[in-house]
Amino acid sequence: MSSHDPALELDCRELPCPMPVIELARHLTDVAVGQLLAVVARDPAAAVDVPAWCRMKGQDYVGADTAADGVPRYVVRRTG
Amino acid sequence: MTGAAAGQRDLDAASAQPLHPAAREVFLAALDRGYADPRRLHRAGREARLLLDNAREVTAAALGVRPDEVTFTPSGTHAVHLGLLGLVRGSRRGDVVVHAAVEHSAVRHAVAWGARAEEVPVTGDGRVHGRDLVERAGGPGVGVVALQTANHEVGTVQPVGDLELPDDVPLFTDACASMGRLPLPDGWAAAAGSAHKWGGPAGVGVLLVRKRARWRNPFPGDDRVDERSTGFENVPAVLAAAASLQAVVAERDEVNARQHDLVEVVRRRVAAEVPDVEVVGDPRDRLPHLVTFSCLYVDGEALVTELDRRGLGVASGSACTASTLTPSHVLEAMGVLTHGNVRLSLQRDTTRADVDALCDVLPSIIAEIRSRVGL
Repeated sequence: MSSHDPALELDCRELPCPMPVIELARHLTDVAVGQLLAVVARDPAAAVDVPAWCRMKGQDYVGADTAADGVPRYVVRRTG
Repeated sequence: MTGAAAGQRDLDAASAQPLHPAAREVFLAALDRGYADPRRLHRAGREARLLLDNAREVTAAALGVRPDEVTFTPSGTHAVHLGLLGLVRGSRRGDVVVHAAVEHSAVRHAVAWGARAEEVPVTGDGRVHGRDLVERAGGPGVGVVALQTANHEVGTVQPVGDLELPDDVPLFTDACASMGRLPLPDGWAAAAGSAHKWGGPAGVGVLLVRKRARWRNPFPGDDRVDERSTGFENVPAVLAAAASLQAVVAERDEVNARQHDLVEVVRRRVAAEVPDVEVVGDPRDRLPHLVTFSCLYVDGEALVTELDRRGLGVASGSACTASTLTPSHVLEAMGVLTHGNVRLSLQRDTTRADVDALCDVLPSIIAEIRSRVGL
């Protein structure tokens, strides 16, 4: 997963549920179609809610890895 | 509606129901008649014993089991702990419990305390594949398989009666979500239920242990009427629970059909009228009275609070609801949205007007909560 190089990485480390997904929605259009957008979040709900958001909004969930400080990072590809 | 203040609609029957009208008189009469120690041979003791035996017989008849298979416990949770861990203790094969990932936390806590867990995943609608459980049941050290009759958060009915387990691996079924509402499935060695979920008083659980099951008490024993129970029996509450169960079983064909249709209305209206919502659980093979949905970008606690302000009481499995920081393990196992979650469960007298009242206010409440974060 470290090979992924998102065009934009959102720091949501300290944000509670459902803020990481809200930030994702707000910043989706900051990246071009086909580009990667990542959200870094300690919120345990993000592990389920980011893939669920992708499914509901028709975006590609690429997968999870960890940021340099070990916090989970969820990577999304904008498809539209 | 009964049990709620004027203008209030309690749509959280799965957490607790008001006492069933059929149980109220029984309860009050038994407070006077059933106070004594049912083990004593004097008149008051014999009277309490009579009521306790009567409660056992009524419960057994309502559930289609033998009276000597029924034990009353101080809660559904305790019945789960006793039932499951007693089968583990009685097992000759080992202490691994194979269970669905969506079991109630009472099952998960019991396993964490006194056994080893092997979780089996579920589909997106919350159902476990029976063959997955059966395959794992043959593994080394597996002492018990545990599968709920129906899921307490999303309502999906599980294939309990269809499992063909190896002969020496008993099945524990947590029937708390469905007891009284649905007939018990076949094939279990021990089962558990909870009276406040069927309109009985709180503080009464039901443990069922089959006559031929290898069950050993996992906790210290006692010298009560029933060797599986501990502590002084709450005879009035147990009798009221039995009366309520009998009434619920007698009226369930009519109530279930009505509630199934009302839940269908909610499922349809929410999906059609609320944008970015996920209505989860099996749409057909489910508990009649329960439905769960999740709304994108919505804080579950805010949603529960706004609905309460409008007189509508609902539950939520979202992490953003105060009591926990982790999301519902049920929604997580299903891979569905965990935030903005609402669980609606109908009382026996919930009407079309009640569910319409909820569906009418939802779109604007959700739009308002989303507007707070600019979405």
